Amino acid sequence: MATTSATLDVNGEAREFQGDPRQTLLDFLRLDLKLTGTKKGCDHGQCGACTVMVNGRRINSCLSLAIMHDGDQITTIEGIGTPENLAAIQRAFVSHDGFQCGYCTPGQICSATAMLKELADGWPSAVTEAVADTPAPSDEELRERMSGNLCRCGAYSNIIAAIREVMQSEEGA
Amino acid sequence: MRPFDYRRMADLQPVDQPGDRLIAGGTNLLDLMKLDVEAPRRLLDISRAGQDRITEHEGGLRIGALVTNADCAADPRIRADYPLLAKAILAGASPQLRNKATTGGNLCQRTRCQYFMATDTRCNKRQPGSGCDALQGVNRNHAILGTSEACIATYPGDMAVALTALDATVEVLGQGGTRLIPVAEFHRLPGDDPARDNVLRDDEVITGVTLPEPVAGRQIYRKIRDRSSYAFALVSVGAVIKLREDRIARVALAFGGLAHKPWRDPQTEAILTGQPPSPALFDQAADALLAKAKGRGGNDFKIALARRALAAVLTEATEE
Repeated sequence: MATTSATLDVNGEAREFQGDPRQTLLDFLRLDLKLTGTKKGCDHGQCGACTVMVNGRRINSCLSLAIMHDGDQITTIEGIGTPENLAAIQRAFVSHDGFQCGYCTPGQICSATAMLKELADGWPSAVTEAVADTPAPSDEELRERMSGNLCRCGAYSNIIAAIREVMQSEEGA
Repeated sequence: MRPFDYRRMADLQPVDQPGDRLIAGGTNLLDLMKLDVEAPRRLLDISRAGQDRITEHEGGLRIGALVTNADCAADPRIRADYPLLAKAILAGASPQLRNKATTGGNLCQRTRCQYFMATDTRCNKRQPGSGCDALQGVNRNHAILGTSEACIATYPGDMAVALTALDATVEVLGQGGTRLIPVAEFHRLPGDDPARDNVLRDDEVITGVTLPEPVAGRQIYRKIRDRSSYAFALVSVGAVIKLREDRIARVALAFGGLAHKPWRDPQTEAILTGQPPSPALFDQAADALLAKAKGRGGNDFKIALARRALAAVLTEATEE
């Protein structure tokens, strides 16, 4: 079997990947690095539970090979906040009941973190009226932009409320 | 997933060994490898092989093959001059997938026919000569135009529908040099060889896509699907329509979800060109578009849906 190697920056630490090139980034994080905050849902890029940020951009870690991330900066939920020191988006998910079972939550939070950056950078979405204009941060925009993350408990309205609170507090800061 | 060898590529080069597959974003290929639908012997990782810029080109733009869907849709020049392309890309997949998916890879994405994706069924695309379980099966998502008795799969993408209406060109590099292929001729109809989705030769790699000079007119992408986000098209329409003195001066229409390729019909466009817009004219255009449409049971509704989608787009494009 072919063995390959790469060095990834995971939450600010250099981590070595060595092994079968079939290993996904998701399995590398969970099985090799024991960073089990990132969840495996469908393993086919349909549910978003495995969302992490690579060089600041959100991706489905289940549909990416670890070996392809040599030198990349990976941010997982463990790199966003800790139980003792929650990030603002994590506190907002708690205060708005943005989850029930919690399985989709790490993916939702990683996705929302990157989404707020995309919105701040003026990226349009499918619901942006005129695609050349700067999008308005309406609830419709937030829902469309979070459509890659499913929540089977159906906490969607509270997830949007949590994200909106963070947006508003950032505007006020 | 079957074992494979892995090699990183520093630039885009023609493929020289059978069994080699290129991987960039990997969002479709890895999914199909997990399902055992694809089993490459070796992956050539071109994700860092350059070609990741959008540049000015002969009055239009050239999109490098490795520009991500997210970057393409966010590009100010694309949004200003080719909004149809930005809208079509944004109508597809999810933000996470668009951050990985590339221009070249998106053109090469494979059908989402559920029989193609399940190895315990018969599929002439996956296993030539085995038969087609979609013909008598659950074929709600399947093609109504240009099908054959061997395959009724659709090309699933949105981006290529927009590129087809925009008269874009695919630039490919093979052992014999560079070749330019109009997007409308890039994907093929299944005929008796549905295993081949497009006209790329085994050694060829897509290096970029060029867009001609922007044209005046309204650009619309309308996508009809089972849920309002993150779903493939049942029917989609990409349109560029220019009115002059209350008549349709120029029209380009491409359809997704109807065929094994983005569908463009010169006769439909000829019927509309030079005419004042009216519901009767739109009906006549739909008659031409759908004259040879063939439902297979589950997808019969697409014939009526395509007619209504066309009328809606033409109405929107020609109203004050």
